[in-house]
Parts: sequence; structure tokens; C-alpha cells
Amino acid sequence: MARTVSAPRKTAMTIVAWLVGALIFFPVFWTVLTSFKTELEAISTPPALIDFAWTTENYRVVNTRSNYPLHAMNSVVIALGSTLLGLLIAIPAAWAFAFSPGRRTKDVLLWMLSTKMLPAVGVLVPIYLIFRDYGLLDTRTGLVIVLTMINLPIIVWMLYTYFREIPGDILEAARMDGASLPKEVIYVLLPMAVPGIASTMLLNIILAWNEAFWTLNLTAARAAPLTAFIAAYSSPEGLFWAKLSAASTMAIAPILIMGWFSQKQLVRGLTFGAVK
Amino acid sequence: MATAQTRAAARLMAAPAVLLLLAWMVIPLGMTLYFSTLRYNLLMPGMEVFVGFENYEFFVTDPAFWIAFQNTLVMVGSILVITVGGGILLALLLDQPIWGQGVVRLMVIAPFFVMPVVSALVWKNLLMHPVNGLFAWLARSAGFTPIDWLSQVPLLSIIMIVSWQWLPFATLILLTALQSLDREQQEAAEMDGAGPGSRFWYLTLPHLSRAITVVILIQTIFLLSVFAEILVTTGGGPGNATTTITYLVYVQALLQFDVGGASAGGVIAIILANIVAIFLIRSIGRNLDR
Amino acid sequence: MGKIELRAVRKAFEATEVIPDLDLDIEDGEFAVFVGPSGCGKSTLLRLIAGLEDVTSGRIDIDGRDMTRVAPAKRKLAMVFQSYALYPHMTVRRNIGFPLKMAGLDRAAIDRKVEDAARILNLTPYLERRPGELSGGQRQRVAIGRAIVREPAAFLFDEPLSNLDAALRVNMRLEISELHQKLGTTMVYVTHDQVEAMTMADKIVVLNAGRIEQVGSPIELYSRPANRFVAAFIGSPKMNLIDGREAERQGAAAIGVRPEHIRVSRDEGAWKGTVTVVEHLGSDTFLHVDVPGVTSINARTPGEYGIKPGEPVWLTPEEGRIHRFDREGRAL
Repeated sequence: MARTVSAPRKTAMTIVAWLVGALIFFPVFWTVLTSFKTELEAISTPPALIDFAWTTENYRVVNTRSNYPLHAMNSVVIALGSTLLGLLIAIPAAWAFAFSPGRRTKDVLLWMLSTKMLPAVGVLVPIYLIFRDYGLLDTRTGLVIVLTMINLPIIVWMLYTYFREIPGDILEAARMDGASLPKEVIYVLLPMAVPGIASTMLLNIILAWNEAFWTLNLTAARAAPLTAFIAAYSSPEGLFWAKLSAASTMAIAPILIMGWFSQKQLVRGLTFGAVK
Repeated sequence: MATAQTRAAARLMAAPAVLLLLAWMVIPLGMTLYFSTLRYNLLMPGMEVFVGFENYEFFVTDPAFWIAFQNTLVMVGSILVITVGGGILLALLLDQPIWGQGVVRLMVIAPFFVMPVVSALVWKNLLMHPVNGLFAWLARSAGFTPIDWLSQVPLLSIIMIVSWQWLPFATLILLTALQSLDREQQEAAEMDGAGPGSRFWYLTLPHLSRAITVVILIQTIFLLSVFAEILVTTGGGPGNATTTITYLVYVQALLQFDVGGASAGGVIAIILANIVAIFLIRSIGRNLDR
Repeated sequence: MGKIELRAVRKAFEATEVIPDLDLDIEDGEFAVFVGPSGCGKSTLLRLIAGLEDVTSGRIDIDGRDMTRVAPAKRKLAMVFQSYALYPHMTVRRNIGFPLKMAGLDRAAIDRKVEDAARILNLTPYLERRPGELSGGQRQRVAIGRAIVREPAAFLFDEPLSNLDAALRVNMRLEISELHQKLGTTMVYVTHDQVEAMTMADKIVVLNAGRIEQVGSPIELYSRPANRFVAAFIGSPKMNLIDGREAERQGAAAIGVRPEHIRVSRDEGAWKGTVTVVEHLGSDTFLHVDVPGVTSINARTPGEYGIKPGEPVWLTPEEGRIHRFDREGRAL
């Protein structure tokens, strides 16, 4: 039953909540707004709120005169590639852990989680050297490999928590009906797990897209995704705030939208099922 | 429980994930441990000498290490306090019946999805810039002298930026936990004469304790490796003011090419992270036996 | 054909033995019911026959062929699960057709067989719906449909009616019995409900702690229970079991009398007692009577019997309907 409260109280709470929400959201809003200003207006004080000459010039410039499209493409390839590769490796494993658990399943799952807690700097040097020796530095392949591995434990865990909610009976019924193991997975398990797989994909695309340790340290120019492209704006010469804002807006918009859609599943994915 | 055939199939299906992760963990970890005992600089290849614990000694006796250690503790600690405290307040607020709850929720969680590089640069330039930044304008409008955030209070600035990024995470998880609170229990307590304050203290807070633990542990893991935010704003400076252990190792490895020293630092970072990880793994593991 | 033979079948999960050494024959065309309290191993036994679990040792023959290590799908058995285990993302048509698709039949043949099955089970109007849009009874029929299209050597039912409400359960019970008459295929049915066992079975297998307590037709079990356990488990309401002096007088460690085999009288009989509770069902009246020196006895009288709690009453067990048990609980 919904709680009923007095209208004045609800009004007051609404005002407070909207104020706080707006405050937290402000930097994002400000970035988007600045992206439509000229460079001069972007740094003017007092800042222009609405009354400036709205322009999409920055987007045009960023798209045509920089390597933005290349880096955006790198981000897409790396995020999607590592997520799909991760799913391919994780789905069979999650099936095994959820439907044929053994005595050590729990230990294996927790151990997988613990690899996620290995701080990246702890293995920076060897990974850097291995990548250098095998020509993987500044390649999309290299980044796909790294991001697949660092997100694999999360993918396995999320799928595992979703698979566990599917009754084992149904898979046994498929087995009785003559389905081989691959057919059982393809015809019965995967269609039933579509929502879970979708939110696992979303969360992983978000994590891979925003990852900023390995993408910054293992790329230079060719394979640099948007994180590295935007980090280049930190150089002190010249204040290209409007262009920075335009590039940033384009870099965060798709992820923001995906994140908003998957916020419910996110909690579960990020807490490894500890909070639902 | 199943047949020997399905169990065998299960082992086969789990094998790629398990073996890949094992390799991903064991090989680099072994190399880090090995390198940490060598005098090994990338600029002087072929000159590697076994030096035992010299790198550790060098790393730990370097005053920069202790500054970085202290910075790391201050940064992680303050961000935890801000995000958990703010997260509880925000979660309580968002749990109230209000108009447009969905929209407010979307606004509040937005920062979490902004890539760290972007949020650091936006804060650094658009907001914190000493001349053209919004904060400077606000200060001047109110009659104060604007401060140069990133040079005058660098660590505080970093804490503000990273807290802004992680506040949504804490809020979202605490809100989820709050929504699973038993309404009847609350109503029963209200019937028993418990005021809002004591209801929060005796019912809500204990209910949230588990979620709070999870938030603290997971955030600690991520916060210990905050990197991009420091790289694009202060570069660890001024001086060593915002150098954390993660950042120190990065400098040692990729700027000074000191593989041995960086590896020793990496091992120390691993040990620190593991102290937290043990607690986290335990609390998640408990959840598995239901 | 569908003869199932279990020889020295044993099942242990790690250290705990669920089924210790069991032999059983189920004849072709027979309706066999495994019945017992929860945890007695009846479902495990069914899953062993299905091949969803391995036997720890022993041998399972189906139609004279050793199937002990054969995969579930290759045993020519079909199973109906307690939860129905329908594929929620498929329509009824595709649910029923799934085993045929897995067997590699072509579309036309699948459609024909699915439609035949749907006609038998009155599912034709629902073929294009998904399980989520069906009632419990309809889902049950889809599960059965999925089993019949395979034309199996035997059907296995794992407590198929336990998720239905009481009225529907009686209907489905009849439908399954009719189906057995029509198809004449072997059926193995697991339930904890002795009423289902009594009404449907040709052969009842009473299980307790993994052991077979007794095998027999419903009437055999009712009139000649092999031991106390079967005596108490079969029949509703439960048999009155009496030990102590009254049993000794009859030369047994314990005696049992069913409520329907006790004559009730207001003025004469073997045992005198006081009525504690009266249950009026209309067709029968059940009296709970406290008999000093014996125990509390439940007696059934046909029709309405006007008596109130606290009033005295005489009870007489029918001679020849008294079951005698020795110290180990075996029937004498």
C-alpha cells in the first residue's frame, strides 16, 4: 500500500529533492550547455546561461577537424568487443556454476571476484612489457583483451545470479526432450535469460567505455578510445572549453542513456548480487 | 546434483573462464613479484641485477611513499565519509513520495555514468578554473577572492570531484536497500509510538547496515585505484600533494621507467587492496549460502 | 512396450545414502505409483529411472535393455515435472513440438502430431498462447502433451498435481487415469498423497527412508498392510494404532483398527470412552473418543450421529479387521 502524506509535506519534499537533484546534475548540464557556446562565450564571466548565440559549430569542428570519429570508433569496438568476448567465455561458465554446482563452486566464484580486486597498478609493469613484446601496445586487440579479462568476473557473476533464478527443472525437461547441451543452452536457457544477459551487456559496455587506467596507459594514438582523446584536452595551452564540452557531451551521452535504462540491474551487477 | 555426464560437461564449460582468469592473475603477479627483486630500468636494458628487498627498502624509505600513503588514506577516507553520509541522506530523500521522482533519480545518478576523464576535466576547467571558472565567478559575485582550487587545495579538489562521481553509486545502492524495508514493521513501530528519529536509528539504519558495508568495501576497492582524475587535473602535484600510491607506481613505471621500484610499489598496493578485499569477499560469500 | 526393472539400485549423495539397495519391477502398461512422506527418496528414484541422476551402483533395464548409463533423452521416457517445466518463451505449439524438433522431424510431421495431442488434451484453442497466459490445469495438460508426442515407452510423473487446487486436482486425476486407459502405456507416478495413489494405481510402491516398505495393489495395501508404517500411511483418516495392555491381550505388540471398522454404540461394546470432538461431514460422522487405558480413538459412523462432546460411548472393533503387529512393527 502506498503511503499517504499531506500535500504541504509532499510539496516541500519535492522542492528539496529537485533542488538537490539539480545541484548534482549541474556539471553535466553545464557541460552540455557550454558545448553550444562559442569559445569566447564559454570562458566569459559572468557566465552566459541562456542568452548566448547557440551554435553547433563545436560539434562540426570536433567531428571534422580532429580525430574524434576514429577515437569514437575505437571506443565502440573496444567496449562492444570486450563485452561480447566476455559473454562468450562467461555464459558456459555461468551455466556450469548455476546448474551444476559442485563442492568448490562457491570458492571458484569468490576467487574470480578476488581477481577483480587486484589493483591495476600491481600488474601494470608486466602487462605493459608483455604488450610491448607482443606488439599489442596501442592496438584495439590489446585493449579488448585487457578489458575482457578485467570485466570477466563481473560478467560471470551477473550471469550467475540471473541464471540461478531460472528453475533447473526446465533445463532438465529439455534434456529429457532430447536437447543436447548446446541446444539446451541456445533454445532454452538463453531465450529465458534475455533480460539478464541484456543488463549484463549494458553494465559491461558502460564499464568498458569509461575505463580509464588501461586505456590511458596502453594506447597512444591509433587505438586510443575517447577516454584518451579527451584526456589530451588537459594540456594547459589554449582554452578550448566549448570544443572540450562538445567532445565530452558526445562521449558521455550514449552511456548516460544506457545507464539510465539499466539503473535497476546496475545495483545487482555492481554489488555482485549482495544488494538487490 | 546431476549425472556424471553433466558434471563433466560443466567442468568443461567453466574451464575457459577459470583458466583464462588464472593465467591473467598468476602470470603478471609472478612477474611483478620477480621484477620487484631486480634492479631493472627500461632505459638500461640488459642490466638487470638481483637485489633482494632493496626496491622495497628504497620505496618505503622514500618520503614520497609516506606522503602518497597518507594522501591515499585521506582521499579514500574522506570520499567514503562524504558518499556514505550523503548517500544515506539522498536515499532517504528519494524514498519520500515526491512529484517527478523518476526524473530526480535520473539526475542524481547521472554523474556515475560520466567517464572519469570527462568529469575531471569539466570540474578542472568549467567549474574550478581560478579565472574563468564558475566557482570563481560565484566567489567574486559574493565578494570573496576566488581561490585556485587545484593549486591551493589540491587534495580537497580531487576529493570533491571523486565524491561527486561516487555519490550516485552509494545513493543508488542505499535506495535499493531502503526500498526493501518492511513497511509494516515501520507502521508497527509508529503504532508503538516510535518517532521518526528513533525509527531511523532502531529500524532503518540496522536494515541498511549490510548495504552500507557493501558500499564501503566496493568503493574502497575502486577508490584505491583512482587514476585518471589525478592524471588530468593535477598530475600528482603540486609537489606530491595529490600523489596516491597508484599514481606513484605509475610515475615510477611509465615516467621513470624504473620497473623494479614500480613492481615493489605494485606489490605494496596489492597488499593494501587485499586487506580490504578479504572483508568484502567474506561479506559477499556469506550471501551465497542461502 | 515399457517394462522397467531396477536391480540392486543404490544412490548416495556424498556420504548420505538416499536409496540403499532396491529391487523393483514395473510391468509393461502398468500404472505404478511411488508414495511416501517427503524425503523418502521417491523423487530421487524417479530421477534415477529418468537418467537425470546417476545410480551409485546397480542396474536399470528398460524393455530388457540396460539403460543404466544411457542419457535421459535416449531412454524413450517422457517426464512431467511438478512445476510443469514449460518453456516460458515458447507458445504451446512450440512447447509440445520441442521434443519432436529435437528429434529432427520435419515441420509438417511436427504440426500433425502436435495438433493430434492438442485434440486429445482439449488444448486446440490455446496452441498459439504462451504458458504464462494459461491456467494451472491447462499448463498441466501442455506438460502432458509434450510428453505424449514423443510416444515414449513410459511416462514419468513427478508430483504433477501438487500445484493445483483441490477441485482441479480431482479432475486431473481422472484425466490422467483416462489417458492411461486410452494409451495403455506404462506410467510411473510419484506423489506424497495416498489418496492419489489409491485412486490411480495398479501397483503402489510405499517408500520410507529410501526403502520399499511394501509393493501391492491398492486393496492389498489397504487390507493387508505389511507393517505399521504402511498401515498408518495408507487410508484416510489414519488407522488407530494401539499398544500396551489392549494389544497384549490380542497377542501383539501393537494392534491397528481403521476408523471405518469400529462399531459405535450408546450402550454396549468392547471399549467405553468419552467423546472429545465430533466432526460432521454429512455423509459420515467422525467421533474422537478418549478410551481410558487404550488411547484416543477415531471412529467413523455413516450418516448423521447425534452425540455431543462429553457424552459416553461404546466402541467395538470388527473382528477380522484388526491388524496385529510385532515388536519390530511387522504384521503378524
